[in-house]
Amino acid sequence: MSNAKTNGTKPATAEKSSKAAGAATWADDRLGIATMAKKQIRKVFPDHWSFMLGEIALWSFVTLLITGVFLTFWFKPSMTDVVYNGSYSQLRGLPMSEAYASTLNISFDVRGGLLLRQMHHWAAMLFIAAMLVHMMRVFLTGAFRKPRELNWLIGGVLLLLGIVEGFAGYSLPDDLLSGTGLRIADGLVKATPVLGSYMSFFMFGGEFPGDSIVSRLYTVHILLVPGLLLALIGAHMLLLVYHKHTQWPGPGRTEQNVVGYPMMPVYAAKAGGFFFIVFGTVALMGGLMTINPVWRFGPYNPAEVTAGSQPDWYMGIAEGLLRIMPGWETHLWGFTLSWNIFIPGQIAPIALLSLVLGYPFIEQWITGDKREHHLLQRPRDAPTRTAFLAAMITVYGLLWAAGGNDILAHVFHLNLNKITYFMRGGIFIIPPLVFLLAKRWAISLQRSDNDRLLHGYETGVIMRDAQGGYTERHLPISEAEAYTLTARERDHIYVASSTVDANGVAAPAARMDTLRAKLSHLWFKDYLQKPTVEELEEGHHHAEIEHEHDVPLEGHAADGHQFDGRHDIAGEELRQH
Amino acid sequence: MRLLTRRISGGLSAKRRSRFAAPVVLLLGLLITGGAYAALAPANANTKTDDATTIAKGRALFLVGCASCHGKNAEGILTVRGKNYGPALAGVGAAAVDFQVGTGRMPMAQPGVQALQKPPAYNADEIEALAAYVASLGTGPSIPSADQYSGKVSNQELVEGGEFFRTNCTACHNFAAAGGALPGGKFAPSLVGVSAKHIYEAMLTGPQQMPVFSNGVLTPQDKKEIISYLKSSETEPNYGGFALGSIGPVSEGMFAWLGVGVLVGFAVWIAAHTSRSKKKKEA
Ligand code: HEC
Ligand code: HEC
Ligand code: HEM
Repeated sequence: MSNAKTNGTKPATAEKSSKAAGAATWADDRLGIATMAKKQIRKVFPDHWSFMLGEIALWSFVTLLITGVFLTFWFKPSMTDVVYNGSYSQLRGLPMSEAYASTLNISFDVRGGLLLRQMHHWAAMLFIAAMLVHMMRVFLTGAFRKPRELNWLIGGVLLLLGIVEGFAGYSLPDDLLSGTGLRIADGLVKATPVLGSYMSFFMFGGEFPGDSIVSRLYTVHILLVPGLLLALIGAHMLLLVYHKHTQWPGPGRTEQNVVGYPMMPVYAAKAGGFFFIVFGTVALMGGLMTINPVWRFGPYNPAEVTAGSQPDWYMGIAEGLLRIMPGWETHLWGFTLSWNIFIPGQIAPIALLSLVLGYPFIEQWITGDKREHHLLQRPRDAPTRTAFLAAMITVYGLLWAAGGNDILAHVFHLNLNKITYFMRGGIFIIPPLVFLLAKRWAISLQRSDNDRLLHGYETGVIMRDAQGGYTERHLPISEAEAYTLTARERDHIYVASSTVDANGVAAPAARMDTLRAKLSHLWFKDYLQKPTVEELEEGHHHAEIEHEHDVPLEGHAADGHQFDGRHDIAGEELRQH
Repeated sequence: MRLLTRRISGGLSAKRRSRFAAPVVLLLGLLITGGAYAALAPANANTKTDDATTIAKGRALFLVGCASCHGKNAEGILTVRGKNYGPALAGVGAAAVDFQVGTGRMPMAQPGVQALQKPPAYNADEIEALAAYVASLGTGPSIPSADQYSGKVSNQELVEGGEFFRTNCTACHNFAAAGGALPGGKFAPSLVGVSAKHIYEAMLTGPQQMPVFSNGVLTPQDKKEIISYLKSSETEPNYGGFALGSIGPVSEGMFAWLGVGVLVGFAVWIAAHTSRSKKKKEA
């Protein structure tokens, strides 16, 4: 870890006033921003690569705003029929919607249009991926714990909105894949018991596809959702500043302070630079790699479909659920309940979303830990949580693969049906296995931490004693490392207070309490705790004995021991015998 | 039949709000039925008269290379379970033989879910002889002549060919003709680089899982337009840069994650380069 040990080395110096400063003073006298900003500018941010993941999301969002505004200059959100007369000859003369025609126009006749379209789409893909990666960091380090639960909720809603925004954007160009995606959305809506068809008619302004969905989605895409996103990102940042950033445990870092660099100039320079890196990466991707080649899909036509009809990756999980769901339906009094769509298309996403949003509260309830936390946990120090994430990533990966089953079958020459059957079982079997593996792995890492604390680190120096036995030298780790490793708190298994109420009858609340105690037990039971003071002393004592054991050997240096790292080796050579 | 295809792939304005949102399965079903009808109808009578020597040569080749599966008189051989070692070939026509042998699918190397392409085992003369022999067994589609599958078409016809392609072929072959999976380990191959003649014959004879697109379903003119669309797509530059396999959003998603990986790498790099003074102290 490369971290600042202080808040800065030089005091701030006053600049001599310039014209710009004059203007700034003029503005400040009227707006009072500087006074407000002064405090924030001195705000300190800890420095670690994983704290910059959210920034990738932020900067790709800014890239989306820039490129999106460019696209609005030429995009025509209308489903009116027109005849294409642009320069792409493969489609010239074909009747199509104005939306599709204008997308072709942006791609082929607007200077830089295709680049900007592709940048916009790549940035969208990166935006959501970056949000997820950022979320994983927050999750793994326990940064969502009190007092930051609200910011976790905001983050979850941002992710959801990002996905909705992406889907809306994907539907705008009105190409074959857009329409196929909307057709699926239509199916999902229609699977709502009783109300489905009314909702669908409301959404499309009549029978699918109608002629208003593109203009409606356009409003959603360029006004409604971006507005919400901006507002929520603002709230997200405000809360971040208000709570202050979390930090890794280490010497000098406590629950009460933040150690890092001030916002100005170090952090701002880094962040600003990072924007250009993100923008540049997006520009490279947009310039070099085709994304969404709508001209090859053709305009949407309900009678057509193409192999390789998939949504963007962030919807892959929904696609996968739909593809592996068995075709269950119930027919009741002339109504059809489409479980095959209702479960994967509505129940599953809602359940998943609730789980994501509710996670901090669920964990709090189980562990009984309602204290404030500003120091982060290392993933290994919360093995159950870490393993849970590993399992969820597995679920996501499996479902995305299931959503691309035809692509997998085609590219790897597999049997389409067998992939689907495999996924049906795998989705229930593989994640629990990954969970167990990840949990054990984390606990092993805890064990290795404890070993370092108690026995020191392995030097790689092999000692041979008079009896001919071999031992490896362990040396104590540095104070700083020992501090860091022991900074974690001890875990406490929640104990149910009393299982019966005043009259000796099992109370419903008590039943919940017992469940909570059981879950807490399951949660923590295999965790290793950091060594106690006695254990540490015992460990050091042991090391001293070991050292005494080595002392008599000192004089009788066997050849090569002079390089054991504890001797001055200036001028030393291998001794000749 | 023809009317149906026309209506489905024709004027878009009507279709947008139309009842033709029926699943593509239905469409294919109709096409297959239509294809079978057209194959049986006498419209495609083999007009070319092959001379007896070619037929005799073909029969000799057939006895050596094909009879083990298709039977000595191409009557087909059934396995114990009632499946085909090879189907009867009377009536499949010269086009089927030219396609199957010309793309190396026949002689099939080993029984499997699908006869795979490989370098052809016979030269042009031998293929012609085999085709003549099989054609002599019963009337079927004959090998198309060059002017049927190549030659200039207007841009309007090309665009129309694209519409035919998207309506009839993309469901299996993918929007960029990059191929796609079918149930049970079968697949529709990529059409990139397939000769115009073989595309024509494939439509005419419907190899394996592929439906027959007889001349009643897609007229010779329609077929020619499809072929010219496919050929012009092959030479189309990749306007957007690397095509990433032209298999749709799945590969795009994988590259997006690669992009995020790169950016995370940058984050690590930036975080590692902090203030200079500290670096020196540590060194
Ligand atoms: C290993 C067995 C085998 C051999 C050898 C073989 N075939 Fe076939 N052939 C098959 C099978 C099986 C099919 C059916 C494939 C299908 O439609 O799924 C077939 C299909 C065909 C068809 C297509 C029939 C149709 O309905 O369109 C033609 C034409 C044909 N074979 C010609 C030949 C010729 C000519 C040879 C010799 C050069 C040959 N085959 C050698 C097994 C064989
Ligand atoms: C139901 C799915 C399906 C549809 C629809 C379909 N095909 Fe095919 N096609 C296949 C399959 C499966 C094969 C592979 C057959 C084989 O290997 O013998 C194939 C093979 C071909 C081949 C031979 C490719 C080669 O590499 O030799 C061509 C050409 C072809 N199709 C063209 C078309 C055209 C043009 C259309 C539209 C008019 C079309 N197909 C529609 C399934 C389909
Ligand atoms: C979180 C933010 C956003 C996401 C995830 C997103 C996503 C997308 C996607 C995936 C597309 C399809 C692009 C394609 O054709 O390949 C799209 C299209 C479009 N977006 Fe956005 N977008 C976002 C923000 C914006 C903003 C802020 C604007 C404008 C103010 C905008 C304007 C447009 C327009 C006009 C199109 C249609 C043009 C076209 O498809 O060529 N987007 N968006």
